[in-house]
Amino acid sequence: MAVAVGIAGYGACVPKYRIKAAEIARVWGEDGARIEKGLGVFEKSVPDIDEDAATLAVEAARNAIELGRISPQAIGALYVGSESHPYAVKPTATIVAEAIGAGPALTAADLEFACKAGTAGIQICMGLVGCGMVRYGMAIGSDTSQGKPGDALEYTASAGAAAFIIGREKEEFVAEIEDTFSFTTDTPDFWRRQHAEFPSHGGRFTGAPAYFRHVIGATQGLFEKMGTRASDYDYFVFHQPNGKFPLEAAKKMGIDPEKVKPGLFTPLIGNTYSAASPIGLCGVLDIAKPGQRILLTSFGSGAGSDSFSIRVSEGIVEKRGGYKGWRLSDYIAHKEYLDYALYAKHRRKLKSL
Amino acid sequence: MPSENLAITWRRMPERYRLVGTECQNCKTAYFPARKLCPKCRRKGRIVPRQFSGRGKIYSYTEVFAGPSGFELEVPYLLAIVELEEGPRLTAQIVGVSEKDVKIGDEVEMVFRRIQEDSAEGLIHYGYKFRMRRRG
Repeated sequence: MAVAVGIAGYGACVPKYRIKAAEIARVWGEDGARIEKGLGVFEKSVPDIDEDAATLAVEAARNAIELGRISPQAIGALYVGSESHPYAVKPTATIVAEAIGAGPALTAADLEFACKAGTAGIQICMGLVGCGMVRYGMAIGSDTSQGKPGDALEYTASAGAAAFIIGREKEEFVAEIEDTFSFTTDTPDFWRRQHAEFPSHGGRFTGAPAYFRHVIGATQGLFEKMGTRASDYDYFVFHQPNGKFPLEAAKKMGIDPEKVKPGLFTPLIGNTYSAASPIGLCGVLDIAKPGQRILLTSFGSGAGSDSFSIRVSEGIVEKRGGYKGWRLSDYIAHKEYLDYALYAKHRRKLKSL
Repeated sequence: MPSENLAITWRRMPERYRLVGTECQNCKTAYFPARKLCPKCRRKGRIVPRQFSGRGKIYSYTEVFAGPSGFELEVPYLLAIVELEEGPRLTAQIVGVSEKDVKIGDEVEMVFRRIQEDSAEGLIHYGYKFRMRRRG
């Protein structure tokens, strides 16, 4: 990269409520143990009645600002990636900007690219920050995703958000983004039409030609571009639509699964879509040591993957140590279970709601 | 649900989204919601905007079983008078807990939530609610 850019602050948010995969299986006459084993997902997060992609994004953004100790007024660009923006027309990004006290001297927009709109925002911010157009950019992935009742997606589609402040002042980095590489094709593995309540997908087609081709294509493309290899990295964070795909992708690339597990949260919170791999990165940044390297690869259906090579900076110790807000581990531990009936009410899956 | 005038919603966003009130620089009294005039200092008052920290404690609370229209999915919910650490008191929902988990004096912090929406096609109103502060 011509100019060093890095993460100056990060924060996550996961709603408090959970539903177990076994509870969803009970309603649809499926074998809960088989589903848990098949998907590698035991429970997923459920947003509260008054939470949506905007409110989760605001909470993650506030956490990122607190950890990063960055003035919201210094943020010159803000992007919110989601496939569940509260409005069809009216940006989520402006709601977030107002709520964190950023702007009006600010460029902002909403992004959509299935589960990779959050990392697309990181790349846009890298460009704007790297070329000097803005001092800090904020990229957020936030979703309250929906699965059709009874569909395989219902076991995983969950809610969460992660926010990153991208800057170019090295002494402020918690981690430097060394390089990025993307792999994009027109692959119809998953979609939702305008006004449709629930997405449609290609079943098994979402695997080999979609998830694996793009995740592996982007990851190996980044290796090639940088001249690095799997053994150069301490952690790998892959998009995690379920608990199995990231480990399978690692296996296909000869990566030690133990390097993937610390950033794999889908078994406990489900697939948070645009926030999935970004939340994985937050979890790894919470434990990584200065000098360690992280490889992050997102995946968005439709389809594309963004890979990032990230090196943890010395500055992470002080920022992480001084942070008094909620960490990812707090959000994961702070939970309350819903049964399917309350879950149906929360997600407004009943016709009258 | 009668919808609020758009201009009023817009004008109150700093207050509702991030607890921006005012303070009189003369007598150092903080006001939320914002006041244009300090009732103590009158013409000697110097009112400036002030953003509150969002931390406070429960001064009093009640549980609402029959809420106004738009809150049907949320009942029963907790409605509290929260005393901000800067002094002012305000009324807000407490989220994520039930009545048995709450007592007067408990520490709370501000969260950003949906308050209500005008209709399926109408504006979504966001604003402050509070949750229990994280232990430890």
